[in-house]
Amino acid sequence: MGNWFNRKNIVSLLGIVLLYAVVQGLIVQDIMPPFYKLTLIQICIYIILATSLNLINGITGQFSIGHAGFMAIGAYVSAIITAIQHGPLILGLLAGAIVAALAGLLVGLPTLRLKGDYLAIATLGFGEIVRIIFLNTEYVGGAAGFTLPSKITWTWAFGLMALSVILMKNFVGSTHGRACISIRENEIAAESMGVNTTKYKVMAFTMGAFFAGLAGGIYANYFYIIQPMTFNFILSFNILVMVVLGGLGSMTGGIFGAIVMTLASALLAGVPEWRNVITAVLLVLMMIFKPTGIMGTKEFSLNFLGKKSDKNAASKN
Amino acid sequence: MKLFSKGFSLGMIALLSVSLVAGCGTTPKAGSSDSSTPIKVGGNLELSGSTAMFGQGAKNAIQLAFDQQNAKGGVLNRQLTLVAADNKSDAGESTSAVTKLVSQDKVIAVIGSMTSSVTLAAIPVVTDSKIPMISPSGTNTKLTMDPATNAVRPWIFRACFIDPFQGQVAANFTLTNLKAKTAAVIIDQKSDYSKGLAESFVANFKKGTGTITGTEQYVGGSDKDFRSILTNIKAQNPDMVWLPGYYQEVGLIVKQARELGMTMPFMGGDGWDDPQLYNIAGDAALNNTFYVDHVATDDPALATFVSDYKAKYNNAPNAMAALGYDAANLLIKAIDDAKSTDSEKIRTALENMKGFKGVGGEITIDPKTHNPQKSAVIISNKDGKPVFVTRVAPQ
Amino acid sequence: MGSGIVTQIFQQIVNGLSLGSIYALIALGYTMVYGIIKLINFAHGDIMMVGAYSGWFAITVLHLPFLPALLFSMVACALLGVLIERIAYKPLRNASRIAALITAIGVSLFLEYGGMLLLTAQVRTYPPVFPGTMYIVGGVYFKYGDIVMLITSFVLMALLHFTVQYTKVGKAMRAVSFDQEAALLMGINTNNIISFTFAIGSALAAAAGVLMGVYFNTIDPLMGIIPGLKAFVAAVLGGIGIIPGAMVGGLMLGLIESIVSGFGASTWRDAVAFLILILVLIVKPSGLFGKNVREKV
Repeated sequence: MGNWFNRKNIVSLLGIVLLYAVVQGLIVQDIMPPFYKLTLIQICIYIILATSLNLINGITGQFSIGHAGFMAIGAYVSAIITAIQHGPLILGLLAGAIVAALAGLLVGLPTLRLKGDYLAIATLGFGEIVRIIFLNTEYVGGAAGFTLPSKITWTWAFGLMALSVILMKNFVGSTHGRACISIRENEIAAESMGVNTTKYKVMAFTMGAFFAGLAGGIYANYFYIIQPMTFNFILSFNILVMVVLGGLGSMTGGIFGAIVMTLASALLAGVPEWRNVITAVLLVLMMIFKPTGIMGTKEFSLNFLGKKSDKNAASKN
Repeated sequence: MKLFSKGFSLGMIALLSVSLVAGCGTTPKAGSSDSSTPIKVGGNLELSGSTAMFGQGAKNAIQLAFDQQNAKGGVLNRQLTLVAADNKSDAGESTSAVTKLVSQDKVIAVIGSMTSSVTLAAIPVVTDSKIPMISPSGTNTKLTMDPATNAVRPWIFRACFIDPFQGQVAANFTLTNLKAKTAAVIIDQKSDYSKGLAESFVANFKKGTGTITGTEQYVGGSDKDFRSILTNIKAQNPDMVWLPGYYQEVGLIVKQARELGMTMPFMGGDGWDDPQLYNIAGDAALNNTFYVDHVATDDPALATFVSDYKAKYNNAPNAMAALGYDAANLLIKAIDDAKSTDSEKIRTALENMKGFKGVGGEITIDPKTHNPQKSAVIISNKDGKPVFVTRVAPQ
Repeated sequence: MGSGIVTQIFQQIVNGLSLGSIYALIALGYTMVYGIIKLINFAHGDIMMVGAYSGWFAITVLHLPFLPALLFSMVACALLGVLIERIAYKPLRNASRIAALITAIGVSLFLEYGGMLLLTAQVRTYPPVFPGTMYIVGGVYFKYGDIVMLITSFVLMALLHFTVQYTKVGKAMRAVSFDQEAALLMGINTNNIISFTFAIGSALAAAAGVLMGVYFNTIDPLMGIIPGLKAFVAAVLGGIGIIPGAMVGGLMLGLIESIVSGFGASTWRDAVAFLILILVLIVKPSGLFGKNVREKV
């Protein structure tokens, strides 16, 4: 407990609180234009989505492109609780995340044997199946979806985002995270070194799904309405692009990718037809010239603030 | 390479910060009454995605209406500008798009959207910001009436009739003119409109002692092969088939039905109305089909609109375009009546609108429901041309 | 004229087979490309879309009859396929699987959105190309078009099978798919062979596109997405990399979909296709005709 209070952590905490306070101040003073607030909350949602996908794809090396399915589950479950059953928001968000995590478990277990492309297609199929199930369920409004009141504020969105990132970062830095990275690097070698690959692969899926479900809950409770067609393959793909853009394997990269893509989408909102084409072209170019993304597998760290002994002990990623 | 990526990252961050700050500084002033500045009207429209055709047709028509008005000197001596935002046929994007229109672009009113679900998503935003919104073609009752409180939504209006009325008209026609005792129903599961219209038809048909032999569903926007569901319906041998979908699928369904040897009459709603219907189904297949619509092609007011639209855009307009045109002109008249661009005054003007002559018929807004009392027409398809059958006035 | 249950079943079978033959044609291209460079070419369904539009262009603007239009579109897409391979996939041949897959998805999106931009979302219709003759056998209806599609798929598959098994080029293709480096060492120009594979695969997709356009009458820029995914399921079902497998997989998938619709669950059709995919991947990833290859450590 004692070594938590080092310079690095205090500066990080101060940074987080400062960022929150500045924006909250602007909102309370009514200076913040609503469109900006909307974009900022969108950024928070996508940060959670990108970092959670990174947990599965980047850290553990499992190729999953069905993330929208987990998000959908979280969105619908939390919406059912808050809008139809009139429960409290926190219960809805938690329930959504937990059910999504269960789905992650369900997906993770049988697909353990699959690798690379096959796993990708299987997760894609899963995402689509989830969407079609909701499309066919009249209780949640079927294709038209249903409306619910908007209860998410900047405080909620930012707070949950910061909490999620901190939790995930801790996971990655822990022995569990190390195990996942070893699976990514060379699964067979890890297995022979005694790492329980089954356990960790499933853990990665479950955690990734949990946070995706949380993000889904935040989305549902902010945007007034949810429909199955929002949670399609294109959404999964956009999240994947954010992760790859930032650098597969880097948590900060995921955050960065989420911010860049959401801002670009907002800025280009005036030219929708061109926006999609430009995104596709940029993506292909990036894959050809810099497939490791902006940050590669490095993390943005405040290591330079640490004491000399800290620096030596700190892990270089 | 390391230097490159560092520089690149820093560059991106710098670029983003600059654009953020730049954006912050240039929020335009709220609707100024300076007579030289244009009046900005927002269009929250489906310009891409699965229902892009509706939004694009409406956008063209709204622009046409504005251009025509501007040529006459604009309204209140100011020019009209349409600020279009694409909601990508998605409800979530609709919220973003309308927020941008209302807070960034500071429009004085919003026209949109074309489909009910997407319109619903925008309602909370315009209600909070107290900006009036006119949906050209959203027919679901929930748009103007809040189902939770059964009260009218003060800031939302529409330029078309509603599904309950349309279904009733169709059911009566089916029972009386087509003399059908049994019907099968095919629903576009992805559309609020289709489901609502189907419900209304079924309820009215049953009231008239008709029986429904079966219901089938398809996924609009992607399904192209309907022979399986049609085979099921054929086995039920209904007197007619109720098909309240959009023209793309309707054309294919009717064509495939005829190929399976199904000769009974098919009928649908205003979603059938698009010139492409004939290309898709072929003239022969469409014989013995009918649909409910807003306009009759023999109405002289429509002819001018169609030729103006064709002259400007090289394409014939569809039903959505006609409704978009009416929504635009309705707004223009409201601004004129209110003699101001103040949102509250425009809202009141819209609520009390009487006898507005649009290409889609005369619009009188009922202040209690914000729905126009419009009559419907029934059109039949004969040898590749729509033929007016009868007009039904609202009760 | 009430149809009996048997007639209904047979009608559904006919429906399923004609749908399935389209999936089969597209699946052939998928399976070939995967067999040779182990890449799931997500853009394949969109190449089919380009084929449909090229065919439409040939018929309505150049006023070509059906067969020349088909050939025109096949050639056009063969060129497109080679172009895509050279520009987007070749640089990534030695990159990670994720990078290659993302690029494929990127190309797919580029074709879709580019199509939307150029052609707008408005559907185009094919003018009638086949006589609309209907054949009625025991109360079951099928069109001239149904027969054409089935025959075309079979003919193309037979041609492909012959090419791969009995020609020199085919031998080279099989060699490259077995071991790329060894083939290179044996003097085979692997780059050309890979390009050739893409060309053929894309030509087949184009044929599927034209047939779809003629049969379903309408084409739009997003028409390739769902058939593309389903064709992939068909290829996996039959055994990815195996040509007769793609054919069988396609027909089976079409039949299953028809049966599902016949039971009144037509909106679940897509979900069933994906469910089949997941089941196959979990139970027997090598598909119906595939052999299990043990991975050497």
